Amino acid sequence: MGIEGSILLIGVGNEFRTDDGLGILTAREIRRRGYPGVRVMEANGEGTSLLESWKGYDRVLIVDAICSGAARGTVHRIDLRTKSLPRGFLHSSTHGFGVAEAVEMGRQLDRLPDVLLLYGIEGCQFDTGAGLTDEVVRNIPQLLSLIEADISSLVATVTPS
Amino acid sequence: MKNRVIKVDTLARVEGEGGIFIKIADGKITDTKLRIYEPPRFFEAFMRGRSYAEAPDITARICGICPIAYQMSSVHAMEDAFGMTVDGQLRELRRLIYCGEWIESHVLHVYMLHAPDFLGYEDALLLAKDKPDLVKDALRMKKIGNEIVTLLGGREIHPINVKVGGFYKVPGKTDLQAMVENLKWGRDKAIETVKLTSTFEFPDLEVPYEYVSLNHPSEYPMLGDRFITSHGLDIAVREYEFHFEERHIGHSNALHSVLKGLGAYHVGPLARYNLNFDKLTPLAKEVAQDVKMLPVVNNPFKSIVVRSIETVYAFDLALQIIAEYEEPPEPSIPVTPVPGIGFGASEAPRGTLYHRYRLDDEGLITDAKIVPPTAQNLPTIEADLRKFVTANIDMEREQLTWKVEQVVRNYDPCISCATHFVRIEWE
Repeated sequence: MGIEGSILLIGVGNEFRTDDGLGILTAREIRRRGYPGVRVMEANGEGTSLLESWKGYDRVLIVDAICSGAARGTVHRIDLRTKSLPRGFLHSSTHGFGVAEAVEMGRQLDRLPDVLLLYGIEGCQFDTGAGLTDEVVRNIPQLLSLIEADISSLVATVTPS
Repeated sequence: MKNRVIKVDTLARVEGEGGIFIKIADGKITDTKLRIYEPPRFFEAFMRGRSYAEAPDITARICGICPIAYQMSSVHAMEDAFGMTVDGQLRELRRLIYCGEWIESHVLHVYMLHAPDFLGYEDALLLAKDKPDLVKDALRMKKIGNEIVTLLGGREIHPINVKVGGFYKVPGKTDLQAMVENLKWGRDKAIETVKLTSTFEFPDLEVPYEYVSLNHPSEYPMLGDRFITSHGLDIAVREYEFHFEERHIGHSNALHSVLKGLGAYHVGPLARYNLNFDKLTPLAKEVAQDVKMLPVVNNPFKSIVVRSIETVYAFDLALQIIAEYEEPPEPSIPVTPVPGIGFGASEAPRGTLYHRYRLDDEGLITDAKIVPPTAQNLPTIEADLRKFVTANIDMEREQLTWKVEQVVRNYDPCISCATHFVRIEWE
């Protein structure tokens, strides 16, 4: 399914678990804005499926809720090619085999795309329910600007075939 | 070593969030709790007022790992309420999509969550570092399961093609034929998996469980309309609540299920295997015989071998269904909602999943009950923990803590599914 020259953006999370919905809702906003050359996918964070989903793509952007102990609402951008994720960093990774495990497994098996960036906002609440908390919502524009800037520079680096 | 507390705050390599608390005083266990603190889900209440037709898609959202189980139990409950039966090729397609889910879930658990315990690795990442080809094969096997679910379910996560009465769209013969070579490869790898897991060293723990599974006259159960137990109970799915009940337990957000008059019971691969071994395909039986894994298997640590044998079965059954497939004339049979109560159950990878719905004359849900497999196994898991720790009370603390986590992982618990109860009570 990988398309040469295109960028894959994966929104990870569960929209029925308050702030864990961040990745899904951000992915939908990116899809709505319609960037040429960007494919958007929603995922529940099951790690082995994620590993499969970015197969064939050389530039992948992941958006997920973050749980790192930073101040609530903190916006993160992490280059996963150069930095490993500690366990428990992402909310969904408290489950059996999640995003952090997929990235580290991909590193072990040489299955990481050339560009792999993680974006997120420090979440505050992960209980059952729809809707993000105010601290997270407030910083979504900043998150989207970061993603947009990266998309622009990544698109610019593509050599048309 | 006479007085100590074994505590695992957050269980690793299980679906959802839970912990273990075991207190030992004067060399004896005084308290054992499998703490479930994943926030409870409100799906049963959420279902009220929704149409019968929405049940498969809404309940599929309860679990990212076993959405097909939720869809299958809900459609069977609705069809029971409406007095209709889906059979022939449509029923075979339901079994085929279930094969996909068993493959995905079992391979994930066997290789990524459970095998590291037996091979001495902290997790699957370290396993991948040492044995990359083994893990690559596991990922490919799991992907084949995903492909079945994607083809029949419309998409891999939260599939949307299953409906009351059948499917929205059915595949053509050639769509299914295209999967055959991969399935044959997967079946061979599953056989290798059985051989590998059967060589693991298993801690001593033999428990004469009360097993419970669905029953079908000729099939190893994925679908079925009767329950059977070790003690010879043989009841229709609609009689379930006369014999089983759910109890609220303070330390758990999940309800605990018991068999009335007998107490804790065991659902899942070991239960299916011990109660239905003769209905496995000849190949799966042969593989089991080769590794001397004949029923009754009462060591819960050996569930990893049974899961591997069930994976052989799922690949083998998928091939059999595809070989005999003829595209049905219609993707579903007509549904006429009538008021009443419907009961449905199916065998999720980790055990029996029971649904019951009450419907009004417009086909709207007025009441729902969902009993997931993990909730049914919770009292049994706690009993296993007591038994295992009692037998190993002098084991070095770090080693014992690691082992008790394994006792829980034997059940492949899906805590996310089990937590549909509403009260949180902290000690």
